[in-house]
Amino acid sequence: MMDMLLTIAIALLGGAIKVSTPFMLVALGECLTELSGRINLGLEGTLVLGAMTAYGAAVVTGSPWMGLLAAGAAGMVLGVTHALLCQLPRVNDVAIGIAMMLFGTALAFYFGKPFIQPQAPHLPTIPLGEWLTHLAGIQSPALAAALEINPLFLAGIALALALAWALRNTHVGLIVRTTGDSAAAARALGISVNGVRLACTAVGGLLAGFGGAFLSLVYPGAWNEGLSSGQGLMAVALVVYARWQPVRCVLAALLFGAAGALGTALQAIGWTSGLYLFNAAPYVLTVALMLGIGRGRDNDRQRQFDAPGELSTAR
Amino acid sequence: MSKAFGDVMAIEDVSMDIAAGEFHGLLGENGAGKSTLVKGLLGFHLPDAGRIAVDGTPVAIRRPADAHALGIGMVYQHFTSVPALTAYENLLVSRSHSSAVINWPRECKAIRGFFAQMPFTVPLDVPVGLLAAGQRQKLEILKLLYLGTRFIVLDEPTSVLTPQEADEILGMLREMTVARRISVLMITHKFREVTTYCDRFTVLRRGRTAGAGAVSEVDTSTMARWMVGESAAAVAPIDALDRSSDNTACAPASPSRESALELIDLRADNDLGIPALDGLNLRVRAGELVGLAGVAGNGQTCLVGAISGQLRLRGGQILIHGKAYEATRRQAEERGVRTLPEEPLKNGSVARMSVVENLALRTFDRQPAANRWGWLKSAVLRDHAIGLIDEYRIRAPSPDAPLASLSGGNVQRVVLARELSGPVRVLVVANPCFGLDFLTAAQIRDELRAQRDRGVAVLLISEDLDEILMLSDRVAVISRGRIVMEADADKCDRMAIGAAMAAHDHQADVATFAASH
Repeated sequence: MMDMLLTIAIALLGGAIKVSTPFMLVALGECLTELSGRINLGLEGTLVLGAMTAYGAAVVTGSPWMGLLAAGAAGMVLGVTHALLCQLPRVNDVAIGIAMMLFGTALAFYFGKPFIQPQAPHLPTIPLGEWLTHLAGIQSPALAAALEINPLFLAGIALALALAWALRNTHVGLIVRTTGDSAAAARALGISVNGVRLACTAVGGLLAGFGGAFLSLVYPGAWNEGLSSGQGLMAVALVVYARWQPVRCVLAALLFGAAGALGTALQAIGWTSGLYLFNAAPYVLTVALMLGIGRGRDNDRQRQFDAPGELSTAR
Repeated sequence: MSKAFGDVMAIEDVSMDIAAGEFHGLLGENGAGKSTLVKGLLGFHLPDAGRIAVDGTPVAIRRPADAHALGIGMVYQHFTSVPALTAYENLLVSRSHSSAVINWPRECKAIRGFFAQMPFTVPLDVPVGLLAAGQRQKLEILKLLYLGTRFIVLDEPTSVLTPQEADEILGMLREMTVARRISVLMITHKFREVTTYCDRFTVLRRGRTAGAGAVSEVDTSTMARWMVGESAAAVAPIDALDRSSDNTACAPASPSRESALELIDLRADNDLGIPALDGLNLRVRAGELVGLAGVAGNGQTCLVGAISGQLRLRGGQILIHGKAYEATRRQAEERGVRTLPEEPLKNGSVARMSVVENLALRTFDRQPAANRWGWLKSAVLRDHAIGLIDEYRIRAPSPDAPLASLSGGNVQRVVLARELSGPVRVLVVANPCFGLDFLTAAQIRDELRAQRDRGVAVLLISEDLDEILMLSDRVAVISRGRIVMEADADKCDRMAIGAAMAAHDHQADVATFAASH
C-alpha cells in the first residue's frame, strides 16, 4: 500500500512538473496581458500554432532551439494581431480572442499536416533527478525520471519571480498596472494605453508560443492535432484563480499539472478502469476552482483590487 | 480664445487674465464652454483662434505634456489616481523621468520629505481606492504639487466632498495662493465657494464671457444673472438656493401621522459583495418630503435599488402604508410606489427605445394600451406620450426619437413624467437635478414640492446639501449604510449635517488594511 502511494506521489510529481509547464507559460503571458487591461482568449490558438511551428522548424532545421524561437515568433505575431485588432473602435477583445483562437488552431492544422509523421529532435532536459538520487544514494529510477527537469520549466519559474518583482519595483511595471487598472488615469499621465497593451499582448503571445514548443518538443513531444485539448483556455481560467499574481500562477499551474497527470499516475499502479474520467480531472478542477472563487472571501476590501479594473470580466 | 466643434462655437473670444497667486473662479451653466476653455489650456485640444501667455511670454500648448512642462496641471472631477496602486506608486508613476528600477527606500524617503512640507497629507501605503473621497482629492492636488505644478485648474472640486472636507481643502489651497506658491482656476457652480475663496471670477454663458470682476465688488445675484441670462424665472431658484443656508425652506404642508414608506433594518450588499446597507431605518409620512443627505457611495444607490426592485435585500423589510412590500411590478403599481433613480438614462429607462416607448414602460402591457391578448395599440401609446410631452414640456426631436438623443434635462423629464403619470403615493428620487441647468432644476424641484403638497410621501436622496435644505421638511443623513442623523429641516444647520456625513470613520478601514499587510 505504501509503495502504491509512493508510486502515485512520484508519478504525480513528475506529471506536475511536465504537464504544468505549458499551463505556466500561457498563464504568465495571459497574466501580463490581463494586468495591462486586456483579455486574450486566443492563447489556445497561439499554443497550438506554437506547437506546430516549433515542431516544423525543428524538423526542417534539425535544431530544437530554432523550433523554440520560431514558436515564440509565431506567438508574438498572433499576439500583435490580436492587439492591433482590439485597438479598432467598437471591437471587443473577448470576441476577437475567440476568433484568434479558431484562426490559430486552423492555421496550425493547415500547415501542420506534413509534420504529423516525421520525428523532430527534442529539447534537452536537465537530469536533476539522477544527480539528486545519486547524491542521496537512493536507487529509484522512477524518482529520477520524475525529476528530469526541462529548461522551460525552470525558465517559467524564474520568469514568474522576475515578473512579480518587476510589477512592483520598476517604472515599466507601474505603468502596466496603471494601464490595466484605469485607462483614463494612464491617458492623463500621457501613457499610450494601446502601446502598453500591444507590448503586453505581444509578450503574452510569445510566452504562449514557447508553451506550444514545450508541447511538441518536450512532452508529449510530438505534433498532432489533439495536442493541446484546451490547455490554453484552462490557463486563462487559471489566471483568474491565481488572482493575477505571477507566483500564484506557477502554483496553480503545478496543481493543474498534477491533476492532468492523475490518469497516468493511476496507470502506473495498474489501475485501468475509468481512465478517461481521471483524464478529465483538470477540466473538473477548472470548474471547481472557478466556483470556489466566489466563496470564502477573506477580505473583500483588499480583494477588490486584485483584478485589474479595466478588465471586462472583472466588472 | 475661440474653439468650434463642427458648426457649434463652443467658446468665442473668451479672454481671461489670472495674476500670480490669484484664486480665480470660473462660473457657468452646463455647456457654457468652461471645460472647452480649460481643455485648451491643458493641451487636450488646440484653440481655433487666440493665444495663451504664461508669465507674460506667449506659449504654444499643443499636448498635455506641454502644459505639464509649463507647470499647468488640472484636478479632474473624476479622480485620475489609480485605485489599485498605493499613493507612493501613484506619485512615482505620474513622474515622467523615473529610473527604470525603483529604489523604494530612497523614493519613499523623498516622498515623505515632500509631504512634510505640505499643509496636508494622506496615508501613503494603502491602495488609493481605499481612501475616502476627500483624501483622494487631496492626493490629486498633492500629486500636482509633487510634479512641480504652479497653476492648478480645479474642475468642480467639491462635488464629492463633505462640506468640512471642501472647506479644509479649499482653505489650504487659498493659503497657498496667498503665500504665492500657486495660482488656482476653479470651475464651480456654487456661489458660496466663489465668495469664500476666490479673489476674482469670470462667468461664461453660451461660449462667451458674460461677466467678470472682483468677488468683493459683485454680489451673487448679479453673478447668477450673468450665468443664466436675463430670464427672471431662472434667477428665482438661485435666491432660494442662497437663502437655504439660513434655513428658510418653504413652510411644510402638514404631513399625516401615518408612515407611507417605512424602511426597517434594511441590509443589502452592493455588486462587489460588500455590505452597503447595514441596518437602515427610515420613515417617510404621506405629504412629507424627507431629504437624505450623504457623501456618494454610502449606500444611496443600493437604497434606491432596494426600493425600485433592482437589488435583492439580505435582510430587513420595506413597508408601504404598513404592508410588506416586495418591489414587484404588480405591487409597485397597486401601492403607487415610483422611483426616479440617479442617471435615469442608465438606471431608469431604455436608452435605445423611443420616447414613446420609454413613457409607456409602466403601462404598455395593460388596458387601454394593450388589449386582452397583449397586443399593443400604438395609437394609444402615442397619444399618451404626446400628452405627457406637452404637460412636462419635454423637448424631443420627435416622439419616436431614441431617448438617448435627448438632453440630460429632457431625459429627466421623460422619466419623471412616466413615474408620475399614474396614481403615486410614494416617490423616491435620487439626485434629480444633477447636471441640469437652473431652469430645468427649478421645474423639477417645483414638481417634487407639488407632489408633496398633494399628499405623496417623497424621499429625496441627494448629494447636494443646498437642494436638500431647500426642499425638505425633514433631513436624514446616511453614512456607511445607516441613518446617522435625523432632524426637522428648520432645526438643523449645515455644519451639523456635514459632521454627520463625515461620521464614516475611514481611518478604521485603512488601519485594518495596513495591519493585514
